[in-house]
Amino acid sequence: MYRNTDIINEGSQSPSFGEAGDLVINVGPQHPATHGVLHLVITLNGETIKKVEPHLGYIHRSIEKMCESLTYRQFIYVTSRMDYLSSHINNHACALCVEKGMQIEVPERAQVIRVLMDELTRIASHELWWGAMAMDIGAFTPFFHAFRERETINEIMEDTCGARLTMNYMVPGGVMADIHPEFQKKVKGFITLFKSKVDEYAELLTGNIIFKNRMKDVGVLSKEDAISFGCTGPVARGSGVSCDIRKWYPYEIYDKLDFEEIIETAGDSLARYMVRLREMKQSVRIIEQLIDNIPEGDFQAKTKAVLKLPKGEFYSRVETARGEFGVYIVSEGATTPYRIKFRSPGFSNLSALDHMARGSKLGDLVAMMGTLDLVIPDIDR
Amino acid sequence: MFIIDYLKEVGGAVKSLLKGMRRTGYYFTHHKEIITEQYPDNKATLNLAQRFKGEVVMPHDEKNEHRCTGCTACELACPNGTIKVITQFVMTPEGKKKKAIDKLVYHLELCTMCNLCVIACPSDAIVMAQTFEHSVFDRSKLTKILNNPDSKIMDGVE
Ligand code: SF4
Ligand code: SF4
Repeated sequence: MYRNTDIINEGSQSPSFGEAGDLVINVGPQHPATHGVLHLVITLNGETIKKVEPHLGYIHRSIEKMCESLTYRQFIYVTSRMDYLSSHINNHACALCVEKGMQIEVPERAQVIRVLMDELTRIASHELWWGAMAMDIGAFTPFFHAFRERETINEIMEDTCGARLTMNYMVPGGVMADIHPEFQKKVKGFITLFKSKVDEYAELLTGNIIFKNRMKDVGVLSKEDAISFGCTGPVARGSGVSCDIRKWYPYEIYDKLDFEEIIETAGDSLARYMVRLREMKQSVRIIEQLIDNIPEGDFQAKTKAVLKLPKGEFYSRVETARGEFGVYIVSEGATTPYRIKFRSPGFSNLSALDHMARGSKLGDLVAMMGTLDLVIPDIDR
Repeated sequence: MFIIDYLKEVGGAVKSLLKGMRRTGYYFTHHKEIITEQYPDNKATLNLAQRFKGEVVMPHDEKNEHRCTGCTACELACPNGTIKVITQFVMTPEGKKKKAIDKLVYHLELCTMCNLCVIACPSDAIVMAQTFEHSVFDRSKLTKILNNPDSKIMDGVE
């Protein structure tokens, strides 16, 4: 922490670093509320935020460049290391893009398994967010409750995919292995458990007066701003933007499923919070529709041993737990891509933070960051 | 009227806090719902998923024979150079030269547990093991040689 006097201004890159008398503090790169190595340079006037400047690069691994030297089977698993909480959904986007290029027809069983896993991942991700966000705000108990239910999902993942977080279960043309014999039983058990526990969440946190006062009208993002910052996912939907990729550009079997796109219009932290809570229930609804109707058949299409995408450009997108994740492949017809670009939801959502935070108090910044649901390796890849 | 609204708000606030505390109290008094795993005390009864991807190993049978032909398919499939297959030529009883593995070097510290090598192996010579306590004091201990010393290829595996 330092006073922003002339000496400081000499070395700073930003000309608008503030007038003398402003206080510049660094939140992060090691800070419990940023959940990773996010570095925010905050200019304060008293306790009022004048500017928030995210500094990235602490966890840059040049994933896009790395993918250029990997084959179309191999590059999928690198994306698990971006948004590690929805790694399965990231892998899904990559697999979809390769399938689009190769024109591989995915068997229906594989599609259903993929969607089931996607929705389980989404619930697990939102559970973790719920617990971690509550802890940022200062409520410690929700963390344990969220992780208790999340553990059940992790066990299901472990049984079928062989890993709890970076599942690496997608392959172009389907999934790596068939579902575990106990899969259906365990998922049904989870649904029963989740339904009995989800009302506890409301009792513990949503109705809590302290929590409500800390979330309501904090970090308001208008619909126009949400669109112009490129926000997607629950952040945009909390501001009334309809942007669910599952509804707008349905992939796999989402167009045949019955679920709602959750939209709240207030645009504040509470709205974003409510979107995620209600989304979990929609995911459960999707799982309930599918779990008894997994069609028989192959879990993987027959593919060539060496995948070569034809010359051209391919783009596919999915809805991860945090928003729209896009994969853009430029192929020269070789076994490795010529260029890969990932469009990650976290980066655009973070860009709205400065706009939201200006004029509010420093303590509210934590609530805003919490409801943006930032995963730093996703922002900085 | 202002006073009544104010009191109502205070009442509502206290109620919401009590509601949360009731939940907390419930779990405080209901011990049978404890879900904490007492690791490592429960190590003996720990059940890991059969498909859990802990590390790549090469199973050997009781005659110290494995199924690896040294085809390097796993090395090619691996995204980050975790596996190095070092081959050598051995003399078969018929007096012919034959390619076989000398060492299959596996760098556990690089492995992403993606399972691609296991899928790629045409003779099912490598599998995923369910070990997970991989921390060591010396990094060099993470580089492993998967085939046992003096091991041979099984008969009939081409
Ligand atoms: S699991 Fe993946 S990273 Fe590990 S050795 Fe096999 S192919 Fe390489
Ligand atoms: S482990 Fe399998 S893929 Fe690797 S060299 Fe041996 S036989 Fe070939």
